[in-house]
Amino acid sequence: MGKSLFQKVWDAHTVGTIADGRTQLFIGTHLIHEVTSPQAFGMLRDLGLTVKFPQRTFATIDHIVPTINQDQPADPLAAEMIAAIRKNCDDFGVTYFDLASGKQGIVHVVGPEQGITQPGTTIACGDSHTATHGAFGAIAFGIGTSQVRDVLATQTIALQEMKVRRIEVNGDLAPGVYAKDVILHIIRLLGANGGIGYAYEYAGDVFERMSMEERMTVCNMSIEGGARCGYVNPDAKTVAYLHGRPYVDMTDFSATAARWLSFASDTDAVYDDIVKINAADIPPTVTWGISPDQGISVSENIPDPATAATPLEKASIEEALAYMKLAPGTPIKGVKINVAFIGSCTNGRISDFREVAKYIRGHRVAPGVQALVVPGSQIVAIQCEQEGLPEIFRAAGFEWRGAGCSMCLAMNPDKLVGDQLCASSSNRNFKGRQGSSTGRTILMSPVMVAAAAIRGSVADAREVFDLETPAAVA
Amino acid sequence: MALEPVPSVAGRAVFIPGADIDTDRIIPARFMKCVTFDGLGEFAFYDVRFDEHGVKTQHPLNDPRFAGASILVAGVNFGCGSSREHAPQSLRKYGFSGVIAESFAEIFYGNSTTLAMPCVMASAADIVAIRDAVEADPTTVVTIDVQALKVRTSGGLEISVTMPDSARESLLSGRWDPIQELLDNETSIESKARELHYV
Repeated sequence: MGKSLFQKVWDAHTVGTIADGRTQLFIGTHLIHEVTSPQAFGMLRDLGLTVKFPQRTFATIDHIVPTINQDQPADPLAAEMIAAIRKNCDDFGVTYFDLASGKQGIVHVVGPEQGITQPGTTIACGDSHTATHGAFGAIAFGIGTSQVRDVLATQTIALQEMKVRRIEVNGDLAPGVYAKDVILHIIRLLGANGGIGYAYEYAGDVFERMSMEERMTVCNMSIEGGARCGYVNPDAKTVAYLHGRPYVDMTDFSATAARWLSFASDTDAVYDDIVKINAADIPPTVTWGISPDQGISVSENIPDPATAATPLEKASIEEALAYMKLAPGTPIKGVKINVAFIGSCTNGRISDFREVAKYIRGHRVAPGVQALVVPGSQIVAIQCEQEGLPEIFRAAGFEWRGAGCSMCLAMNPDKLVGDQLCASSSNRNFKGRQGSSTGRTILMSPVMVAAAAIRGSVADAREVFDLETPAAVA
Repeated sequence: MALEPVPSVAGRAVFIPGADIDTDRIIPARFMKCVTFDGLGEFAFYDVRFDEHGVKTQHPLNDPRFAGASILVAGVNFGCGSSREHAPQSLRKYGFSGVIAESFAEIFYGNSTTLAMPCVMASAADIVAIRDAVEADPTTVVTIDVQALKVRTSGGLEISVTMPDSARESLLSGRWDPIQELLDNETSIESKARELHYV
């Protein structure tokens, strides 16, 4: 009987079992950022402990970094957090990709681009979007701050083993359907709580054809479906992506690559659940509510609570529509937007900006719409500049910013005001997520965000741009 | 590190309606601009307790009948979203000592257990029964019995609840914060590190 990648990685990293029955799991790679780590270092100091394997923790700053004048946060609390991570990394010998390094960025963009993220490893970070790194065949998940302390002090955490659900998507994606649509569709089908207790294995020819960056977009949002981690089995694309990256040991690369590939799920692996989805059924998807599973095709109407199957569902639709100020049974297409945001750990990589730049020439952002484009890291920003992308975006009326989490969450100056509605390539449409307690978010792919920015309202990118040829998944 | 066992928690309860109550709702991100967890209690559920002008809303936590409640009752997927431990920290500091919900998001669940805040799962019908009991009489004392896996009310209601064996065991034995156990296995950790090619 074969094993899944999850089981192989779990077994390889099991240190033992603690008294309450949980596994003591070795965390090979630990990523930290400024929001969830300072208290962990504080606990370490209180307990008189040190960092056990300082070379296995990597730090950067992303959440609170301003995207204009990155190194000059006007907010004294932000400045204090930046000072704290600098001191903590210095005191304990942790590698820190700071603003001056040229390598700063969103932690889930930095790890892969540095080659720190590798197949067959365990990766933890005090951030729920850590599943992003699962795109490389790693078991990667978010942890709380007490667990950040545990990893710093012992390089291990106590964790209950997860079940594994294989999600197979086979067939051809229609033109204008992107990795973001695939994961929004999966979450719509399985629910925001469908993945509780599971690791998601994304399999099938759609994921096999995806680039590494598209796989990252999918794995990134596993937590939005309730799954703490999600992964794609490593293959030749994974190996090619990592070849020559700074933290990849190139001394015997073919042996390293063979070891990485050996972690892929066996063909006779046993799963706790299998879900099969037809790629052709996946539309360009947008959310209409306040949970990422409240998604519809861009050509569908907003749900009507009157047609809800249960009283609970009715209440949930009513709550979402009241917050979103949307009318039941009306088209989502045409809903006016105020802000457009392209960026985040979900869609802030070079391929996202290249893809949008292909279509926006000759178009202009609609009057009254603020459109932000925020690269996921300083390295992505430089790549974009080398390819002339900022000029293309600026010419179309988009603002080009510095690297950070920006408007995905409300911890830096990029925030919605009042009940502004944002077409966003980020990952969460929770109440107040983008910085205003009445601000509204509609999640979608970057190309759909660009289409909405140009029309000034939620739009079908297939109609706004020429999307006849499938561009994203070659 | 001997910790206090948590065989049960009890207090008056408040029901917070809605599915998928996320950690941004529990503690809005702007309040995480801090380097300690001190003072987070006053910001729990801030943006639903106060409107944009700082005026108190109709939220159950503003209802004087439920002032001082220490047991939170909720629906499905409570604590979804971000991994921020700031969320259970803010609930603890607000005064909550336990949560009863239909289901919980995993990271929130683990974070809460590590803070000795028991979270138990009850059926939808039982959540409604608890809600009705505390709304009919807000002085009702609700007990989460971790040992017996029951929730009881002072009005005589008794329902069965569930929680993972490991969480129950860690609370009952006073091992809810595992740091000492993890540290104790230093030899095994070091041998595992030598075994892993990339460490």
